[in-house]
Amino acid sequence: MSDDEATGTAPQGAHLLEMRGIEKRFPGIIALQDVSFEVSAGEVHCLLGQNGAGKSTLIKVLAGAHQPNEGQILLDGMEVGFSSPDDAIKAGIGTMYQELDLVESLTVAENIFLGHEKSRGGFSSRRAEQLEAARLLASLGHPEISPLLEAGALSAAGQQIVSMARALSREVRLIIMDEPSAVLDSEEVRNLFDTVRRLTASGVAVIYISHRLEEIRVIGDRITVLKDGRAVASNLPVSETPNVELIKLMTGRSITSVFPPVAAPAPDATEILAVTDLVVAPGHDPISFSVRAGEVLGLAGLVGSGRSEILGAIYGTTKPASGTVAIDGKRLRPGSTVSAVNAGMGLCPEERKSQALLLDDTLVANFTLASIGRYATAGFTSQRREYQASMEQVRNLELRPADPAREARTLSGGNQQKVVLGRWLSHGCRVLLLDEPSRGVDVGARSEIYNLIAGLSRAGIAIVVVSSELEEVLGLSHEVLVVSENRIVHRAPASELSEHQILDLVMEGTTL
Amino acid sequence: MSTSARTELKPAPSLPPRRSAMKWLLDAGLRRNMGLILALVLLAVLGTVTAGDRFADSNNVMTIVRLAAVTGVVSIGATFVITIAGIDLSVGAILALSAVWATTLSGQAFADSTSWIFMALTAMGVGAAAGLVNGILIAYGKVVSFITTLAMMAAARGLAEIISDKKTQIITVEPFLEAVGGNLFGLPVIVLVFILVAIGGWVLLNRTTFGRRTFAIGGNPEAARLAGIKVERHTMAIYALAGLCAGIGAFMLMARTTTGSATHGTGLELDVIAAVVIGGTLLTGGRGSIFGTVLGVLIFSTLTNIFALNNLSLSVQLVAKGAIIVIAVLIQRQLAARQSRT
Repeated sequence: MSDDEATGTAPQGAHLLEMRGIEKRFPGIIALQDVSFEVSAGEVHCLLGQNGAGKSTLIKVLAGAHQPNEGQILLDGMEVGFSSPDDAIKAGIGTMYQELDLVESLTVAENIFLGHEKSRGGFSSRRAEQLEAARLLASLGHPEISPLLEAGALSAAGQQIVSMARALSREVRLIIMDEPSAVLDSEEVRNLFDTVRRLTASGVAVIYISHRLEEIRVIGDRITVLKDGRAVASNLPVSETPNVELIKLMTGRSITSVFPPVAAPAPDATEILAVTDLVVAPGHDPISFSVRAGEVLGLAGLVGSGRSEILGAIYGTTKPASGTVAIDGKRLRPGSTVSAVNAGMGLCPEERKSQALLLDDTLVANFTLASIGRYATAGFTSQRREYQASMEQVRNLELRPADPAREARTLSGGNQQKVVLGRWLSHGCRVLLLDEPSRGVDVGARSEIYNLIAGLSRAGIAIVVVSSELEEVLGLSHEVLVVSENRIVHRAPASELSEHQILDLVMEGTTL
Repeated sequence: MSTSARTELKPAPSLPPRRSAMKWLLDAGLRRNMGLILALVLLAVLGTVTAGDRFADSNNVMTIVRLAAVTGVVSIGATFVITIAGIDLSVGAILALSAVWATTLSGQAFADSTSWIFMALTAMGVGAAAGLVNGILIAYGKVVSFITTLAMMAAARGLAEIISDKKTQIITVEPFLEAVGGNLFGLPVIVLVFILVAIGGWVLLNRTTFGRRTFAIGGNPEAARLAGIKVERHTMAIYALAGLCAGIGAFMLMARTTTGSATHGTGLELDVIAAVVIGGTLLTGGRGSIFGTVLGVLIFSTLTNIFALNNLSLSVQLVAKGAIIVIAVLIQRQLAARQSRT
């Protein structure tokens, strides 16, 4: 299981932390299964894995926010059980979460000392906290962040720095960093690495999570790769593991060849969706592209590269700074989802359960949500017509079980995704935006989703696909836009691109 | 082998100079509540114009503050509850229960033979206990605060009716009436209690660890939990605090009316929520202002006073109250938007 003798550059010594056979189940899914790895004092141990691989769950188990169903956590060889985040903090485990961990309405200093406020007899010593916070921020290379500022007023990068200052404000032996570099520019990443090196030199262990392989090369000692909740490789020495192998471990090859053949859209196909000089947020480069009837356009890029934000601006969930989106030459009102839906646009969002489905409602209600007016006479809905139309969708989509009266919650991930697709099909949409269409869908059901998407494109719908799985983007799309740091860095037909090329293009943005 | 992760400390960069408490009050406190202060000034002008000397008289001003005292004390507790994005509908009923419990014949007899202070302590104890029940159900039973306190509102009022047999209990303990109903340092004691509770509440919310965590739980409960804060215990304590404030309000009202009755505090919860909300505490949690709550309570009692002096009906007063709530919240949204832009 563990190969101690091959720890590479990692300092030898007793394992500070060991996780053995960790399993975490949530209703309906197994988020982690038999995950084992170890971390030594002074080591930077990298956790690698795609979105949904279980990294965040693993962190939360370590930080005491989740309790594992199976397995052991050992600190200095002694088994420990964390029943709350407080326990983990007291044991010397500090965590920098990707989000969630700052209170935006509190000041920077208040956030840094949240949970271990400096106080005298219950009265907070605000001045002492502010001075200490200022020192911590300065030592992280950011003396310009005022401890008196509200955390909500900071940029994402600023918040990340505060989050780090907070982890360092306690006596820690192990720091977990969840994608700390995602929102940092290269200068700040260098600062971050200096801090990490200073920490490890003093014997602190770091668990470092990132998508960026280059960073792991620079800072990491050993790597554990997670895929679909399992540790597919544990404690690999960084220096002896080539990138190709890591990518292979991360992506796996289990879904190769399930992609249906993509017939090119007719050469005379009309342009349906036109995006012109769209500036998603102030300071971003303008983006322009168009999608023809029957064409599938893929947006490839890493999480946080701005892919989903582009979709959001097109659909109108966020108001773009400038630029236009048009369907059939008609301009949509910026920032209006009503205008987008009326023009025939549909979105299958990334977070299906929270952003798309009425989980406790029937499939009928879910199907007809966007087009309820069509089943109504003078405002009164016809349940019979709703049901009939839904039955038709259930048959078209080959939903299992084929019962429109079931609650959406009771369906599997793949069938739920079909329901969201079905909503837009019954609405009769012309442009479909798909954000991570196979997220949370098991491998078997994926090919069905892919076939459905291919079928929709043959039927003449213009489709935009966003996915973290590069293979999926390449397999589904005719044309691919590579997105990095909110810019389109490359555009090419899918047939002329490979996963490695895309990864190279994406990494170019990071100057390491 | 425990090693410190404290990074090497460099000299601290300069912080803005420390400000005195008074200067802070004048600066941030007044600026942030400018809309409310303006509203209060406008009401004072309105009062002086319509009722002249009858309004602008020191006795009348004291009447207004006396009128505000009970609602004010209960509102201080509610400010904490609303800051953690909760709601407490039961404060009026808890006040009635506390008042009735403290004024039973046996209770009064005991107070007579020992000290009047036991009547006040009983009221506070009953209030805190009822609040604690709310807190346990909300924090550990995970029942939504709206439902829990709705149930407590019915149950506490019913229990108060059972204990009092729906009869108004006259207070015969003279020392109690003299102590709480009288004056001290030239001010009515219940006004002094209001001032003390308000100052205590301000310090607790803005200057203690407890207050800091209250803001954190209201602003982002998940972040608070991950920071190692015991969110459940804290939530429970806050509802107990709200109950305690209702208990304090109970003995104040007992002294003002010289009775204990199951009808005390009927509808109080809505006045309290209105005062807290126009005071700038967000129903969504994370932001709360004790100073704003005090101003909110004063605005409503001034309004009531002006209407009474002008012999206007209670119905007209209700309409005006509704309008004020909406206008105040609209103005605050505007001000907040402007502030976040600068």
